[in-house]
Amino acid sequence: MKGEAVKSREYLTVAEVSGPLMIVEGVSGVAYGEVVEVITPDGEVKHGQVLDAYEDRAVVQVYEGTRGIDTFKTRVRFTGETIKFGVGLELLGRIFSGRGAPIDGGPKPIFEDEWDVHGAPINPAAREYPSEFIQTGISVIDGMNTLVRGQKLPIFSGAGLPHNELAAQIARQAKVLGEEEKFAVVFCGMGITHEEAAFFIKDFEQTGALERAAVFLNLANDPAIERILTPRLALTAAEYFAFTQGMHVLVILTDLTNYCEALREISAARSEVPGRRGYPGYLYTDLATMYERAGRIKGKKGSVTQMPILTMPGDDITHPIPDLTGYITEGQLCMDRELHRKGVYPPINPLPSLSRLMKDGIGPGRTREDHMDNSNQLYAAYAEGKDLRALVAVVGGEALTERDRRYLDFADRFEQEFINQGRDEDRSIETTLDLGWELLRTLPEAELKRIDPKFIEKYLRPK
Amino acid sequence: MGKIVRITGPVVIADKMKGSEMYELVRVGEEGLMGEIIGLTEDRATIQVYEETSGVKPGEKVEGTGKPLSVELGPGLIGAIYDGTQRPLTVIRAKIGDMIKRGVSAHALPRDKKWEFVPKVKKGADVVEGDILGTVKESKLVEHRILVPPGINGKVLEVADGAHKVEDAIATIETADGKRDIPMMQIWPVRRARPFKEKFDPNEPLLTGQRVADTFFPIAKGGTVAIPGGFGSGKTVFLQQVAKWADADIVTYVGAGERGNEMCDVLVHFPQLKDPRTGESLMERTTLIANTSNMPVAAREAGVYTGITIAEYFRDMGYDVALMADSTSRWAEAMREISGRLEEMPGEEGFPAYLASRLAEFYERAGRVRTLGSDERFGSVTVLGAVSPPGGDLSEPVCQNTLRIVKVFWALDTGLADRRHFPAIHWLTSYSLYVDNVREWWKQKLGEDWKSLRDEAIAMLQKEAELEEIVKLVGPDALPEPERAVLEAARMLREDFLQQFAFHEVDTYCPVEKQLGMLRLVLDFYRNSVEAAKRGIPVAEIKKLPIKDTIASMKRLPSEKFAKEQGKMEKQLMEQFEALLKTRKAPVEEGKREG
Repeated sequence: MKGEAVKSREYLTVAEVSGPLMIVEGVSGVAYGEVVEVITPDGEVKHGQVLDAYEDRAVVQVYEGTRGIDTFKTRVRFTGETIKFGVGLELLGRIFSGRGAPIDGGPKPIFEDEWDVHGAPINPAAREYPSEFIQTGISVIDGMNTLVRGQKLPIFSGAGLPHNELAAQIARQAKVLGEEEKFAVVFCGMGITHEEAAFFIKDFEQTGALERAAVFLNLANDPAIERILTPRLALTAAEYFAFTQGMHVLVILTDLTNYCEALREISAARSEVPGRRGYPGYLYTDLATMYERAGRIKGKKGSVTQMPILTMPGDDITHPIPDLTGYITEGQLCMDRELHRKGVYPPINPLPSLSRLMKDGIGPGRTREDHMDNSNQLYAAYAEGKDLRALVAVVGGEALTERDRRYLDFADRFEQEFINQGRDEDRSIETTLDLGWELLRTLPEAELKRIDPKFIEKYLRPK
Repeated sequence: MGKIVRITGPVVIADKMKGSEMYELVRVGEEGLMGEIIGLTEDRATIQVYEETSGVKPGEKVEGTGKPLSVELGPGLIGAIYDGTQRPLTVIRAKIGDMIKRGVSAHALPRDKKWEFVPKVKKGADVVEGDILGTVKESKLVEHRILVPPGINGKVLEVADGAHKVEDAIATIETADGKRDIPMMQIWPVRRARPFKEKFDPNEPLLTGQRVADTFFPIAKGGTVAIPGGFGSGKTVFLQQVAKWADADIVTYVGAGERGNEMCDVLVHFPQLKDPRTGESLMERTTLIANTSNMPVAAREAGVYTGITIAEYFRDMGYDVALMADSTSRWAEAMREISGRLEEMPGEEGFPAYLASRLAEFYERAGRVRTLGSDERFGSVTVLGAVSPPGGDLSEPVCQNTLRIVKVFWALDTGLADRRHFPAIHWLTSYSLYVDNVREWWKQKLGEDWKSLRDEAIAMLQKEAELEEIVKLVGPDALPEPERAVLEAARMLREDFLQQFAFHEVDTYCPVEKQLGMLRLVLDFYRNSVEAAKRGIPVAEIKKLPIKDTIASMKRLPSEKFAKEQGKMEKQLMEQFEALLKTRKAPVEEGKREG
């Protein structure tokens, strides 16, 4: 690092250590956000960052945890730099720790540039509106919650649901029709178990995706505070691949719940005024600084598409983490325990799911002209069917009319035939839409009010 | 010159700041980051910084500028996109590239562009504050009126003509305090409301082309609206629909702490859309403030004020302005974050105790006014604020404090959104207190008592809700036929009238004449089918009437075509019901099965 010798200063004046934080006194000229190296009496080197800078005092958060730090012999070196990460094409095919050190036994990658891990906001006037359809081969996504390049579409899941399988399947199958372009996957694990990490790496290895992937792993037994840094490294790498190298990058971030918990820990240690459920009041802004790094830029080839995964505590979608996420991301895919119990894979419930960028990613020239109407009608019909199920539970099946019974059958078939598909099944968009028409055909035609009559003529009536 | 003693996120504390004023704009650190003083204790100032503070050190300088945070007002505002502190984002991009870095500044109004100034006063005329000195054709839609700034009265000594830059003096006025050169550009502090003569009750509807808004829960020019709803309930889409189709002269759209791609959506799509009244591009009347969620939080707080100041400026010219703020919750959260950093005593849910008064102050800047100036000019600012309640729970502080102030409440319902009933504005929980204000307008404009039709429709939906309760308990078959006819008609009202496709080329905008015609058809159907059911016609028969499909397809009919066919449809409806009644002579018990 250039200028390090000039700018860096070393102190032995740790005054207080509390949780993930450390207060150093008697310092001068410490910058807000400056990177700190902490050398414990055992010679272990830890890294940290300044959270609060006074004239003669600095509050430092230590990424590796504060174990082993004392108030007597510990040396603290202020580097004069903000956190940077070396980016380059050599990051591909490699596995890194949550701090960005290689852990696959390979050498330290040679980097082409050093970028601030916090990135900088994309100028809204420089953004290109995302509208390129990504075919994931999964009907409930492609047909009803279409993903487009440059979108951030999280998976809201719960403990024990197959979100990892789904994310891996999407990473495997995602493609833009009729194009052969440079593609990369950035995987960022925050507080996930070794097994989960191994699942993804194995999947990437088997499909040959690993050589096009950069993997960042902060495991469950790694320091929690490190999780604050890990996704930022991953996103910095992703931005480099996308906007310097012109690649289309899919970033999988899992599990955001662990990230938010680490943030809460720091906030509590700083005795900040807590917001809802003890999470800091700035949780929204903090999450936004990561999610908003997805997108496209005018005149640049690449794109960053994000797929964050979060497990909703108690399957509660109003919990602050999914709630604030939903307000930032461009939709969400909601996993449903009931569908999972019925053996439906992927158990995505389309009703609370949404893709905000769908409207511009589909239609003639992108998918097919009937896509929007088809999807709207499927939604409405499935919602009606689900309502009727609730009604049947109260009043019994006899009270239903013929129309109602058709809706009930529709809802069942929709779950079993449309949503349900194999873990390796890669359906084309045409297959998905035709399947939708086949199911809609079981309903009375007069009920299909969301469909333009010309599409009824063209797609519903034949056969 | 002050000296920084502490930095924590967007808040900086500096010493030796004696002589500075509250809300003074300051330059922080060696890079001269933009900040604003939000607290003073003896010679120590608390500053909120509008840019990222990483790398700033204690000991660096703080310079006062002697003036509060202000905006530049003048030709060049229309079609522009600014950040929260009015930095022009397209200019910034040309200057430093695709990412916003800090320490960049650029003039909000282009300095070298020349505007064709047409004087409206003569040399020697006496003018007062707010008088029109002349006009500039700023865009195809907007005639920018150059006004005598507030506080200046006197005789015109000199008035220019022809092409001028915004800083050029276009008039010289002899005031009691001496000669004053008046440039086209005015500077105004954002936190101070611009003056006017008198405020009036709003009495003219702001038409949006959205049926649920115009017919059911109207807003008035100069009114205030809150649109709360959980994520995915369609707040932004609906707000954008209003921004697109509202019959305002000027639209100011403030994206406070929302998605970057959404702002991009506006930038891409507005120029392509045509104003239904003038046929010109919608961007020709729009100013955008974009402070996305990842841009500095303090600038988000400022953006809302920047937007409303620009809106007031156009109001003063005599225009009807609509301001959309998406989302006021993010603005409130910015206040909370700054307040937390200041270690202020928190109020509800960590929000500062002054949340309610800040919200009230902001919404109070809306209104229909008689502007300054010697001519009788009227202008209005209508404020539409989206609220993003956590977990969709409307009992949270931002919602509650907003509802105490605003007059129209468009309640977005997640349940409706899940069913893809859009706009997901719930007909039973929403309200408008402008119904009586705008009633007269409807009567004069369309010669019809809109309110009685509207009330009848809402009563029908209320009745439906009651019947649904019964259905939930005992099943639909337990209802007598006339009540099932109510359910059928209410479904028609919801599906064929209230639902509106924002992305359908025709249905995206529905003129009021068509709205009223559609409502009348649905109500005709309702009255006739209840009557028929009472006379023994089973609902199953009524459902087979071809007029039902005709009504279902009317939203896709272009308005001119609808106007032509409306009479025919009404006639068909009557004929079909008459024919149906003829088939039955006596009441028949049919279509009823054992439950």
